[in-house]
Amino acid sequence: MLTVSDLHAIVDGKEILKGLSLEVPAGEVHAVMGPNGAGKSTLSYVLTGRDGYEVTQGTATLDGEDLLALTPDERAARGVFLSFQYPLEIPGVPALTFIRTALNAQRRARGEDEVSAPAFLKLAREKAAALKIDFEMLKRALNVGFSGGEKKRMEILQMAILSPRFLILDETDSGLDIDALRIVAGGVNALRGPDRAMLVITHYQRLLDYIKPDRVHVLAGGRIVASGGPELAHELEAKGYERYEKAAA
Amino acid sequence: MSLAAAIRDRDVAELPGKRDEDWRWTDLRGLIRALPEPSAAFSGELGDGPFAALAARAITVVNGRGDATVEVPAGEEADVVLRFVSRGDGAHATAARIVLGPGARLRLFESYEGEGGYLAQATLTVTLAEGARLERVVLAVDSGDGVSVSEADVTLAPGSHLAQTVLTSGGRRQRLETRVAHPGGHARLRLDGVYVLAEKRHADLTTVVAHGGVDGVTEQLTKGVVRDQARGVFQGRIVVAEGADRTDAKMGHHALILSDRAEVDAKPELEIYADDVACAHGNTVGALDEDALFYGRQRGMTEAQARALLTQAFVGEVIERIDHAEAREVARAWAAERLRD
Repeated sequence: MLTVSDLHAIVDGKEILKGLSLEVPAGEVHAVMGPNGAGKSTLSYVLTGRDGYEVTQGTATLDGEDLLALTPDERAARGVFLSFQYPLEIPGVPALTFIRTALNAQRRARGEDEVSAPAFLKLAREKAAALKIDFEMLKRALNVGFSGGEKKRMEILQMAILSPRFLILDETDSGLDIDALRIVAGGVNALRGPDRAMLVITHYQRLLDYIKPDRVHVLAGGRIVASGGPELAHELEAKGYERYEKAAA
Repeated sequence: MSLAAAIRDRDVAELPGKRDEDWRWTDLRGLIRALPEPSAAFSGELGDGPFAALAARAITVVNGRGDATVEVPAGEEADVVLRFVSRGDGAHATAARIVLGPGARLRLFESYEGEGGYLAQATLTVTLAEGARLERVVLAVDSGDGVSVSEADVTLAPGSHLAQTVLTSGGRRQRLETRVAHPGGHARLRLDGVYVLAEKRHADLTTVVAHGGVDGVTEQLTKGVVRDQARGVFQGRIVVAEGADRTDAKMGHHALILSDRAEVDAKPELEIYADDVACAHGNTVGALDEDALFYGRQRGMTEAQARALLTQAFVGEVIERIDHAEAREVARAWAAERLRD
């Protein structure tokens, strides 16, 4: 599915990723953990093509296709989805309008028919109910005045409706209480499947109690410095990142 | 200095220009070297105006010809389409009179439409008696070669209500001006504007509100989007006279500049000589939020689609304030057409 090899990237003239390599096969959930400033968010933005994140070396492919050559919307149409750490507020655009515009843009890019308004509303209603989102909320401007937990739930709702193949969750647990975390994790877990893969980026092990990873990678100093099974997350929780930071320095 | 006088006297020296403080951003003196010939009568087919289906009664003024008088007697209601149409390269001026009796109600759907390199001026005198209510929706779709100025002088009475929205795509040089004498006395005024400008078009939305009595309400929101080498001008002045206490006035102007060569000039002014007033103004000019653009693109929208969605939402805030549902729909479609991907 996703293959990242020797990736170097600079932001504001400073090298943040320094030879990052990572392989996430289809059907698996991989966690990337690391201290603040290790390059976790940079990795998510480089993979989704945000302006200002310049790749200087290395490759990133999705099913063999060069991701780095594609625009952000082309990557989205191929199934790359980023759940933002801080979802944007979009004044004046009802959540339903935003999501439907995105869905139909992706479908058009893939040469598929657009979804009709009634079919879309039915889909949105269904997915919102599963995430315990009040449907009325979807008529309001996206994320404007929403709480942190509501914003994260809206991210998962978009994910559920857009049905991406490769999911990147950037600090999805931040700002969530336990109940919201359960609902959000339930939404993410519902998307697990043999044709999908996920990259769960997190600072804390807590989220991984709910979204159980197949592999855990430690990101420090712009590189993956250690990889292991789920037990690695617990070890990090107990012992901290210090020894990896020293190794990376 | 006025365009109406310049056209009447065929004298460029009477054109307003840079040296007039109120016209420094919409310089007609510097633009027009010689006044064109007076416009000839136009007898060709005009086609439907933008508000064609909205009212049974339509008044059409073509090249300054036609009687634009609307009188709504006390207590009566009316819907009127008022079209100012320019054709050709001549100069013409016209005067219109809108009179609402006590408790009368008028929905006025006014348009400025043009083809050619004309020089057009319209003066509107609008009078609302006590308790009258006017909803005025103005859509200006002038030609890119036309120069057009509309000047409305509005007098409100206590307890009256004017809700106005002016929408424009500009002209070679264009100004849509509204001056309101506000008596207070629980009269309510909403003065909104939207400009969406491309190419080398210019639009100037100028408003002056003079609060002369206690308990007046004014609410103003103007939004603009400019691209290419277009230029938007917003001048909003609210004067609260001595003794016009408990005036409640809000003014907002917000613009998006989508290219390096586009320009917005804004001058919001509050002059307050009374006590115990609630006045606020906000003015922002900036670019489209890059983070929001990336958010839309990450979800699959092309850059053009994301831009269209965000800019339509930006001006949509003003359009949603239009009370009349069909006029609001005309405004929405107009904005979508100009801001589409």
